Amino acid sequence: MTLTAPSGAAGPGAAAASAGRGRKKRLIRPARTGGSQQRLGPVYLAITPFFALFGVFVLVPVVFSIWLSFQKYSVLGGIGGSEFVGLRNFEFLVQDATFRRAIVNSLLIWVLGTFPMLAMALVVAAMINSVTKLKSFYRLAYFLPNVTSIVAVTLFFGALFSEQFGLINQALEGLGLSGVPWLTDPWAMKVVVATLITWQWCGYNAILYLAGMQAIPGEVYEAAALDGAGPVRQFWSITLPLLRPVVLFTTVISTITTLQTFTEPQVLFGSNTAVNPNSGGPGQGALTMVLYFYQQAFNNNDYGYGAAIAMGVFAVVLVFVVINFRLARTGDDR
Amino acid sequence: MAVPTLPGPEAASGPAAPAPRRRPSAAARRRSLLPHLVLWVGVLAALFPFYWSVVMATNTTRDIFSTPPKLVPGTHLLENISNVFARIDFFGALANTAVVAVVTTVLVLTLDSLAAFAFAKFEFPGRRVLFGLLLLLFMLPAQLSLIPQFLIMRELGWIGQIQALVVPALANAFGVFWMRQYMSTSVPDEVLDASRLDGCGFFRQWWHVAVPTARPGLAFLAIYTFVASWNDYVWPLIVLVNPQVQTLQTSLAQLNVAFGTDYSMVMAGALMAIIPIMAAFLFLSRWFVADGTAGAVK
Repeated sequence: MTLTAPSGAAGPGAAAASAGRGRKKRLIRPARTGGSQQRLGPVYLAITPFFALFGVFVLVPVVFSIWLSFQKYSVLGGIGGSEFVGLRNFEFLVQDATFRRAIVNSLLIWVLGTFPMLAMALVVAAMINSVTKLKSFYRLAYFLPNVTSIVAVTLFFGALFSEQFGLINQALEGLGLSGVPWLTDPWAMKVVVATLITWQWCGYNAILYLAGMQAIPGEVYEAAALDGAGPVRQFWSITLPLLRPVVLFTTVISTITTLQTFTEPQVLFGSNTAVNPNSGGPGQGALTMVLYFYQQAFNNNDYGYGAAIAMGVFAVVLVFVVINFRLARTGDDR
Repeated sequence: MAVPTLPGPEAASGPAAPAPRRRPSAAARRRSLLPHLVLWVGVLAALFPFYWSVVMATNTTRDIFSTPPKLVPGTHLLENISNVFARIDFFGALANTAVVAVVTTVLVLTLDSLAAFAFAKFEFPGRRVLFGLLLLLFMLPAQLSLIPQFLIMRELGWIGQIQALVVPALANAFGVFWMRQYMSTSVPDEVLDASRLDGCGFFRQWWHVAVPTARPGLAFLAIYTFVASWNDYVWPLIVLVNPQVQTLQTSLAQLNVAFGTDYSMVMAGALMAIIPIMAAFLFLSRWFVADGTAGAVK
């Protein structure tokens, strides 16, 4: 769904973060007098390969990217032929109507693709938590969409939503309704992308919620049941409040990844305007922020402006992540 | 990106966690039927696209698009598959994808568990600064470094070659972060102390104590890395400019661009591309229930 290639989502981070706490850590200190203590040479040797790669492929690129965003980069001249242009890329960015459209598209896809998905995941998790049989079957079945490649998933759904002959429009017409122009209408396009995201990530989030629910001690429910609380009341008064850290975690991760949606619209609608005038969908209705970044950087080879867009995307994502945390804190005060 | 997730080291013993006790009664049994009903609706929704792609891949495009459409698998699978083989170098792409995924996974497991073991169990000057740097950059979005990464690949002359897919993927902060968290709780200090008294240096402690006890954590990282590498689309799209050297994902997308109207063939290709990863996932998923620390400390 996103451009967060290998270093992206922090899926198990929630579990890992909680695993780190609680137990007092004991570290092996460097040797002063020899004996059975640790020599430092091998320790540094162990972290060197990773940090060498990390420096070359993450640290340097991030700094380089910031530098690039202040340059006019010519493909022919290479790095030496680039020219410092100050804030011109950013001045252009804030006035760029296409980027503004991309922001709006990404936000709409985020709203359509995140909140219904998380609500459904919560229901699924509560249901799996309440049954005794078939638990592992359900976990596996719900998780399967998540290991399927986004390209394959997009092709599956592209066929289902195909306007003339797709199964969905055939079914609608069979019911006497009219078909929906799924891949040309600006709203329908976003619904299709959001549906893809929902299908692929609902089970993943449900499994996270389930892990959180299983950590809630059974006695709490027994006490509530003695006080006469039914299952629905227990869900609202016990499960949901105790699940808040996981809910916040999944909301933040979904916000970060959904706002950076790229592959679905790229496979469905293309990105290269030189080849396909309807890139990003007719009327650019599914042109997301990262798709626009890719188009400028790698279809048009405008690396300087591409780097500025990448910073712009980061700023937008950051704003919405901060809003997530703010909302979560407001809830704490009550 | 596919991000498989499973409970961390402590939650790994989840099934043993206390479940609400039940007194089976007729009313309770009736109540427990409703969740299954809801869940089955979800299961059908989760699995239907797979079923439908099988239907499409085993029929001809014309049959699927007739009215009423065919709703059950047909007999044209081999025909569709051979059409895929005629149009893209499927086995070349499969070999590239598999080599990249396997090499990346093995190297990530080695490098990340080494670095993670150092961070989890040893105190050394610079430890906090380095780990903080790792976490900070981990939070930055990938596209912030994509352009420079591409330019570095060009300087190295790796554009269009598959090592361009492996080497940058090794700088994966997530693996170090995850393994550090896992090892700091699951690798027992007592065993490390004992092995040190027996004269084991850092690397022997890593290989003989840390790696065996952290096996479930490593299994998780393995499947996470393998799936992410297998399914990656963006980076191969950027660096694999040579049409002869492609991965499954990029050649699937090309198949769709060039012959997208032949849905049956495209679906046959998509199915073939996901079968290996499904098999690997189902095969490896049993590792997650294993508890590697059991029995290490009595």
